[in-house]
Amino acid sequence: MTNWIDIAALDDIPQQGARLIRTRTGCVALFRTHDDRVFALDDRCPHKGGPLSEGIVAGHTITCPLHNWVFDLNTGIAQGADDGSVATYPAKIENGRVLVGSEIIARRHAA
Amino acid sequence: MMTAPKERLVVIGAGMASGRMLEVLTDAGAPYDITLFNAEPRGNYNRIMLSPVLSGEKTYEEIVTHDDAWYAERGITTRFGEHIVKIDRKAKVVTGQHGDLPYDKLVIATGSAPFMIPVVGRDLPGVIAYRDLDDTNTMIAAARPGAEAVVIGGGLLGLEAAAGLQMRGMKVTVIHIMGHLMERQLDPSAGYLLQKALEARGIKVHCKGATKAIMGEDRAEAVLLEDGTVYGADLVVMAVGIRPETRLANDAGIEVERGITVNDQLRTSDPSIYALGECVEHDKQLFGLVAPLYDQAKVLAAELLGQASAFQPVQTATKLKVTGCDLFSAGDFADGEGREDIVFRDPGRGIYKRLVLEGDRLVGAVMYGDTADGNWFFGLIKDQTDVSAMRETLIFGPAFQGGGSVDPMAAVAALPPDAEICGCNGVCKGKIMEAVAGGADSLDKVRATTKASASCGTCTGLVSQVMALTLGGAVQTKDCMCGCTDLTHEDVRRLIKAKGLKSMPAVMQECGWTTPDGCAKCRPALNFYLLADWPLDYRDDRQARFVNERNHANIQKDGTYSVVPRMWGGVTTPAELRAIADAAEKYNVPMVKVTGGQRIDLLGVRKEDLPAMWADLNDAGMVSGHAYSKGLRTVKTCVGTEFCRFGTQDSTGLGIRLEKLLWGSWTPHKVKLGVSGCPRNCAEATCKDVGIVCVDSGYQISVSGAAGMEVKETEALVTVPTEDEAVEWTAAFIQLYRENARYLDRAWKWTARVGLDWVKDHLSDPENRQALNERFELSQSVYRKDPWAEHAKPGARDEFSPLADCRLEAAE
Ligand code: SRM
Ligand SMILES: Cc1cc2nc3c(=O)[nH]c(=O)nc-3n(C[C@H](O)[C@H](O)[C@H](O)COP(=O)(O)OP(=O)(O)OC[C@H]3O[C@@H](n4cnc5c(N)ncnc54)[C@H](O)[C@@H]3O)c2cc1C
Ligand code: SF4
Ligand code: FES
Repeated sequence: MTNWIDIAALDDIPQQGARLIRTRTGCVALFRTHDDRVFALDDRCPHKGGPLSEGIVAGHTITCPLHNWVFDLNTGIAQGADDGSVATYPAKIENGRVLVGSEIIARRHAA
Repeated sequence: MMTAPKERLVVIGAGMASGRMLEVLTDAGAPYDITLFNAEPRGNYNRIMLSPVLSGEKTYEEIVTHDDAWYAERGITTRFGEHIVKIDRKAKVVTGQHGDLPYDKLVIATGSAPFMIPVVGRDLPGVIAYRDLDDTNTMIAAARPGAEAVVIGGGLLGLEAAAGLQMRGMKVTVIHIMGHLMERQLDPSAGYLLQKALEARGIKVHCKGATKAIMGEDRAEAVLLEDGTVYGADLVVMAVGIRPETRLANDAGIEVERGITVNDQLRTSDPSIYALGECVEHDKQLFGLVAPLYDQAKVLAAELLGQASAFQPVQTATKLKVTGCDLFSAGDFADGEGREDIVFRDPGRGIYKRLVLEGDRLVGAVMYGDTADGNWFFGLIKDQTDVSAMRETLIFGPAFQGGGSVDPMAAVAALPPDAEICGCNGVCKGKIMEAVAGGADSLDKVRATTKASASCGTCTGLVSQVMALTLGGAVQTKDCMCGCTDLTHEDVRRLIKAKGLKSMPAVMQECGWTTPDGCAKCRPALNFYLLADWPLDYRDDRQARFVNERNHANIQKDGTYSVVPRMWGGVTTPAELRAIADAAEKYNVPMVKVTGGQRIDLLGVRKEDLPAMWADLNDAGMVSGHAYSKGLRTVKTCVGTEFCRFGTQDSTGLGIRLEKLLWGSWTPHKVKLGVSGCPRNCAEATCKDVGIVCVDSGYQISVSGAAGMEVKETEALVTVPTEDEAVEWTAAFIQLYRENARYLDRAWKWTARVGLDWVKDHLSDPENRQALNERFELSQSVYRKDPWAEHAKPGARDEFSPLADCRLEAAE
């Protein structure tokens, strides 16, 4: 069962934007899409470590700001010709608050 | 012989939910002695039809659902116009304004109360909510033709109020806090179409508007927004939302969360008391539409009759009851894992449809303009039908779902030869097929021979399909902007101007985008086109910007940033250098470097430190150098007449003057200038976007140079005798570039596309030059300001730091 941590109000994350959660093993990026969904992914691109939170959010994808790899926010898998994936974590909105699965605290460093 | 007395059932609230419940209960011959209280001095009417009463399309009498005769027939005692003020659960007695009444079973069906935003002036006469007949009558009475009304809230209720008041001749403005109307039911594209339709009928819509105060002495006179806008208002309607009416239940100590909590049988925490309608919360959910309330009514009636039944919330669909605004939204288009969109847009007819699929099921639908298939889609959603077999043609509705195999081209193939494809030029399908048969195998050739898609260009997709059908294969595609559209950058820029498109949803709708919100390629381009063409109307969208422009610093390979303050014309002072040195030390900058653009780069700054560092540099009088922007970068100068023995003009002064004129402007790609004091050209002016070489007789202006991946020498544009003219020509050239180039084309690429002669033709006309300067200046009135100063303001800094810090929380 997922334990949820209340992180912030939905409006603290800009639509089509992202904010960070700092954890002991690196940052997790919280994305908010055009249709007001939230997604939590490691903030490290598997290519060369680019901060995904700084990319452009379009539909349910994020484009890495360093070399334009594109990832599906649902699965964390790189799209198109690129090969790689980013860890994803449970996240949801309840009553205008953003909740994230508590495993982001306990996780090991993304391999 | 005596029969046992009937149980006493008391119902609080004669609304739509309790009305339905009483119908079902009494149809079955209720074994109860029923008393019905209602705060309104009348029985049940169809509340959702108040809007047609407001607009004058119906009368109150037409929407009454239960009249006095009905209650009498069913043996229901009515106490209308009487509030219940207290429930005594121990004694099982309710207290009304005119006395007590005992009950055996109690039903609370008090509906909702409108939410009034707590602003100054909300208690003034002339400020009302929209909930019942009295509110409707107040509005009708206030609606003198020509009087002004402001409706706060652009949801379903607010818009129905606005349309009704407008039909009664009032001048109506809708203030909505979100970016688009009805954001709970519609996505931005449908919201855009709705706004356009309302505006076309004369209703003013102000989105992203936060109400600050309602002004007036003895009654409402105007509404003031946070951004300073003031709208005159003889009437103010607040329709910002509702909250369940739970006061009675609260006072009685019944369990209440956001609404009165009930189980599947609508029973509250007190076994003798039930609750029904908008006042309840079931399984953490609240209700604001009648469909689920009617289900509740049936379940409660069954429960009161001693039959087994359980409430299961159903999906709801929304329609807006504004004549002429055809919209439909159903299901859930904003939630769930692994979703896929199917988007169809027909800009010519103002149609937008979006389906949201999850696996093989349809889970949500939004449509505007053509909602005929709404109920069919709604059925697929409710029944969780497997739609995989008809996926390709699903969006075309039930008409295209024959048996057998389905072909995505079927819709086009099925069109008769005389079906019109290009509306602008009246070209039918047959004519395009003829042209293709005659050898026109590319879109450009079809355009040249038939003119199809040669005007507004929105039918390009259809034309390609007809061609593909005729050729039996794929068509040579032109270099379209990105995967979201068939249009080229030039097409889109032309349409933005020609159709007056001023927002991203407007462009995506009118140009037939195939995705709901674009992609990482088109969004930055559209953002630039919109701000370049409509500097006063369009607001820059930070989220459509590449990281460097969003954060006003260059991102480095390790995620840190570089900071480059502006050094006008490459000239600095000891005080500025000291402030830069101080900042470098204070923020532990790993490297301080002189750039190739005659200024200083502080590399390796942490994102969190940016706002504070900017504030320090601001304090020393420095602003952003825009070393990160598709905009004006540097103006390199040499020392010129001031110091150099060869200098012919004040090249340093001219460079500074140009940089002060141009800084802050956004351009299709970066723009760099150089001004050299003599043909020795120490400022390397002849490899810049604009280079000026001073000579004895004046200023030689050349353009479209570069020294990056391509090395290009500039080409001569003009030689002018005065500094003022040099400035005028430079600004005109840059504005022409801003208005016409493709996003991410450096000036040299653009001039290569259009030809330098075309540029010269435009610029040599003094009037045209003047007009370009004026448009540039208009845009600069918005953009000639320091972005660092804005983001360094205390309230704006948050976005630069993490949202939460979980480093200290214990791991499980
Ligand atoms: C800092 C600087 C190098 C230096 O230490 O001197 C520099 C650094 C970068 N240049 Fe440059 N360029 C710098 C002067 C130049 C020059 C020389 C000049 O301006 O006189 C050129 C050649 C002239 C020209 O632009 O035509 C130059 C041609 C480029 C190009 C190729 C552009 C082209 O059209 O081919 C790029 C790539 C791009 O912009 O797409 C680029 C891109 C970059 C980026 C922004 C790469 C990036 O996207 O991250 C580098 C950012 C580093 C950082 O974090 O600050 N830089 N770059 C110079 C900053 C000048 C300034 O004060 O603003
Ligand atoms: C203008 C308008 C348009 C709408 N359009 C639509 C639509 O198109 N589609 C849709 O599905 N829904 C629509 N709705 C919403 C719909 O009307 C409500 O969901 C529905 O009426 C709720 O029913 P209810 O019985 O819970 O409450 P109500 O119908 O509000 O009835 C509650 C009654 O209880 C009375 N009451 C409250 N407190 C007390 C008390 N202490 N003592 C005695 N009586 C009390 C109130 O006076 C009221 O008459 C619309 C609503 C409005 C106002
Ligand atoms: S030449 Fe410019 S872009 Fe290339 S590494 Fe050097 S600074 Fe970076
Ligand atoms: S680091 Fe993300 S694409 Fe290279």
